[in-house]
Amino acid sequence: MTEASVARAKVTENVNPEKSQQAARELEPERAQPAVKIKARNIDFFYGTKQVLYGISAEIRERKITALIGPSGCGKTTFLRTVNRMYETVKNARAEGELLLDTESVFDLALPNLRRRVGMVFQKPNPFPKSIFENVAYGPRVHGLANGVRLVELVEQSLRGAALWDEVKDSLNKSAFSLSGGQQQRLSIARALAIDPEVLLLDEPCSALDPISTAKIEELLFTIEGRCTLVIVTHNMAQAARVADYTGFFLMGKLVEFNDTKTIFTNPAKKETEDYITGRFG
Amino acid sequence: MNRLTWRRTVNAVMSVVTALCALAAVTPLLFVLGFLTVKGASSINWAFLTQLPKPTGEVGGGMANAIAGSGQLLLLAALFGVPLGVLGGIYLSEFGGWAVPLLVRYAADLLVSVPSIVIGIFAYAVVVVRMGHFSALAGGFALGVMLLPIVVTNTEQFLRTVPVWLREGSLALGAGQWKTIVSVVIPACMQGIATGILLALARVAGETAPLLFTALNNSYWARGWQQPVASLPVMIYEYALSPYEDYHRQAWAAALILLALVLLVNVLSRLVLARRMASRRAA
Repeated sequence: MTEASVARAKVTENVNPEKSQQAARELEPERAQPAVKIKARNIDFFYGTKQVLYGISAEIRERKITALIGPSGCGKTTFLRTVNRMYETVKNARAEGELLLDTESVFDLALPNLRRRVGMVFQKPNPFPKSIFENVAYGPRVHGLANGVRLVELVEQSLRGAALWDEVKDSLNKSAFSLSGGQQQRLSIARALAIDPEVLLLDEPCSALDPISTAKIEELLFTIEGRCTLVIVTHNMAQAARVADYTGFFLMGKLVEFNDTKTIFTNPAKKETEDYITGRFG
Repeated sequence: MNRLTWRRTVNAVMSVVTALCALAAVTPLLFVLGFLTVKGASSINWAFLTQLPKPTGEVGGGMANAIAGSGQLLLLAALFGVPLGVLGGIYLSEFGGWAVPLLVRYAADLLVSVPSIVIGIFAYAVVVVRMGHFSALAGGFALGVMLLPIVVTNTEQFLRTVPVWLREGSLALGAGQWKTIVSVVIPACMQGIATGILLALARVAGETAPLLFTALNNSYWARGWQQPVASLPVMIYEYALSPYEDYHRQAWAAALILLALVLLVNVLSRLVLARRMASRRAA
């Protein structure tokens, strides 16, 4: 905008205040919603000839927590694994449709690049058979992000980010297997954070953990939310209600309903959603 | 006799019978060990371990050259068999898909059960005939061929025990497949692979047949890899067949040393593996 046009806009604003207020109101829903980070349009997914996802469309908002819920085998994990193309490790698995990360198609991005931007934490804590330090340093080393003093700083920063630093700072050279299950899962999160992903996918990250470790991880999600977009698959509806800003309900390969968490849990539009949430099945 | 006493009698009889069979199964090993210790231990002395064989008929001397020769042959076998075997195992486990591993595994099983003398003939035809003379290289090659299928199948099996979620953890960070294999998958089962290699080496260490017409034998230190070389199994074979009492004594001693080395490697590697497995389970 040139200065002149800015000035002109201001003038019109002054001349016609009512009209500009109306314009602002129209813009408001757009502005209240954070930007779309991941946009799925009509995603179909097949294992060989067996279709497991049907026309999934969703918009996942930037720097927010989105939960995917639904009964076992409903396709929520498959959808998650489509976002970082982890499904490609399975032979004959195939995704169709449009899946955008910002403006680029996930299917067109080079794999290392995609996975640097979209991290993943798995159901079972999966530390590498290395020291705690080397676990966190693995990603930065793979992508050549840092070395020497910078790498040491990055590891510390990532461990702090995963609320694990105070517990392990004196034992960085110990095997990662020496940690408890909850600590191992936070180490997995630290490892994912070390390459500074834009999106972090979490596949039932608490299902193997006790309630106290679960609470720690949930708390952690809120601190990570400020720096990256989180998508969490969970079987635990209470967890979705506690942590998520948005919730999507999957059923038999379809995304039945996707909305902000409050609406999903208090005023779902679809009967299936209500039945699931009130515990009538699943 | 009522039903209950009948059952009890059957139980008692069968437990005794099976226990006796189990005892019978380990008896040969115990006998071999005992016999070797009694016969061989008295002949093991410093001279035996450090000196060359004395000319036929003279008493004394040792088998230092055969001990060193066995080491030399095993080193050659490892140099040939281990890299090929480990890389082949990696291919089967990580890249092979379905059909190729099946074929290769079948071939490896066959190769394991090929009589070792046939392997000897093969090495003779491929190496000795070409070179025009017997050599340590030919012997090492023959032992390496025996080592290869064991290392391939063992490596593949251990790589397959590494869980998918560990591989995915690395792939999800953007690491490539080879990087994942080298930095995550192999370290996760390194001890298993190494133990398998040691056990395979211990197994081929006692082979005589493949060496008879490849490495041949040598009464002196072998000079370089191109020369025929002495080895413990071949020395035992020749000394045991000789008519001299002193040679028989030395053959017993050599057998004891060979067995002790093989047992040592066996027990140590199994201990390491067991401890490794225990610590994994605890984690």
